[in-house]
Amino acid sequence: MKNELIKPSGLVMNSDRRLFLKRGSLSVAAAGLLMIGCNDDEQIPMNPAVSLGSGDTGILNYAYALEQLEAAFYAAVIKGGYFANANAEEKQIMGDIEKHERAHREFFKAALGKAAIEDLEVNFSSIDFGSRSSVLGAAKTFEDLGVAAYNGAGKFLVSADLLLIAGKIVSVEARHAAAIRDLINPGSADFAGDDLIDVNGLERTLSFSQVLTAASAYVITPLDFSQLPS
Amino acid sequence: MNLIKLLDTICPDTKSSEEKDLFFSRRESFRKFGDFGKKVALAAVPLAILSSLPRIAKADTASLIGVLNYALTLEHLEYRYYQMGLDSGVINAADRVIFQKIRDHELAHVKFLQEVIGNVLKGTPVAEPKFDFTAKGNFKPFSDYPTFLALSQAFEDTGVRAYKGQAANVMESDVVLTAALSIHSVEARHASMVRRLRTKKGLDTAKGWISNGSIGSLPAATQAIYAGEENVMHAGVNVVSLTGLDATAVSEAWDEPLNKEQVLGIASLFLA
Repeated sequence: MKNELIKPSGLVMNSDRRLFLKRGSLSVAAAGLLMIGCNDDEQIPMNPAVSLGSGDTGILNYAYALEQLEAAFYAAVIKGGYFANANAEEKQIMGDIEKHERAHREFFKAALGKAAIEDLEVNFSSIDFGSRSSVLGAAKTFEDLGVAAYNGAGKFLVSADLLLIAGKIVSVEARHAAAIRDLINPGSADFAGDDLIDVNGLERTLSFSQVLTAASAYVITPLDFSQLPS
Repeated sequence: MNLIKLLDTICPDTKSSEEKDLFFSRRESFRKFGDFGKKVALAAVPLAILSSLPRIAKADTASLIGVLNYALTLEHLEYRYYQMGLDSGVINAADRVIFQKIRDHELAHVKFLQEVIGNVLKGTPVAEPKFDFTAKGNFKPFSDYPTFLALSQAFEDTGVRAYKGQAANVMESDVVLTAALSIHSVEARHASMVRRLRTKKGLDTAKGWISNGSIGSLPAATQAIYAGEENVMHAGVNVVSLTGLDATAVSEAWDEPLNKEQVLGIASLFLA
């Protein structure tokens, strides 16, 4: 699961690290290198990318980007063939989550005001919205990713108020994730599976670069997170 | 290969700590706890890293120990509840796999918190209290499965609210905050599962998420656990007005915190 999430197509196709870095589509990763102070005198190409900004605003934009992705996904789900033929329980779950993610997206947009990033362009061509397993598999990926993203970003927030708001949202994402996982493998322990939760009972966290790399499989708009805290 | 390991390989960490400070300029309190470097930022908070917590101010340590002992008390309650439930035979055979997993997590949380409090922060972990899960004879969770499920939901939803309410109180320590968040989402997964399980059995109409402040078919004594969950105002934004979505959906999309007094008030019903 973890590997599947952090394996961007660019990385899979290019085992050569230098080549990987030169790929403009991965300016996100390049920005990460700059942040950790790499003394690499190689020129790192920077495509025109949407900057998330810095500080708490940058983290809110990071959350906003993820919520945009989730909201766009569920908007497509409820228009698709799987949803049209889903049973009552699954219709309710998907319909509810679509509303929740739309609410999250609109909230962040309003909270950010003029600092909000633009609407992201997404590409869900790898998802078959007529297929239950394809939709639920993607939903699981997005929900688990969202939880790990919020859990990983929390410590970088300076504002206690924003930390609380992030906390209010992440537990709902975790509720979604558990429900989706139970739809995939009903009645099992997968809702809080060992693929995510370690021997200390702690759920995994993912860094900005891990999350955005995973998201880049579905987000066309290049994102520059180089000013985010680290 | 993990992308971060890749970046580490390409870019060995050769900066002095002063230079690092420039790159890692962050909220002021971070420096108080020393520079954990980027590895902490990427790790799943293993104990090895927790053990490397530098010496921190006594007052801060005392405050962290207080919060973590409060969390430990709740984890003791949850662990004991599930262990007694599993031992009693009240749980349907088909559902045991769910409650064994939840029990395993609660036990792991107990041990983890004891480790952090005792061996990292050099405090004294609270002893397990004596519990009365009948709440003075009002409930029979270990002989009536619907009651067992009802109290399980109540404990999990309380746990989510309790951890959420403490996030700001541990944010001075990145490591403790991240660990608390990583427990918090696990409790939310448990809550979602148990809520839906009750509904699948025809015991309630609860969804995985909390609709308004509704207790559903739970006993009236659980009212305090859901008080305030109907909130739709966040950061001064009324999300119902903003989106035109129904208030139920908006209330579901945000979970609300409870403070320590509220949670201990709920938990005290189950103290012997």
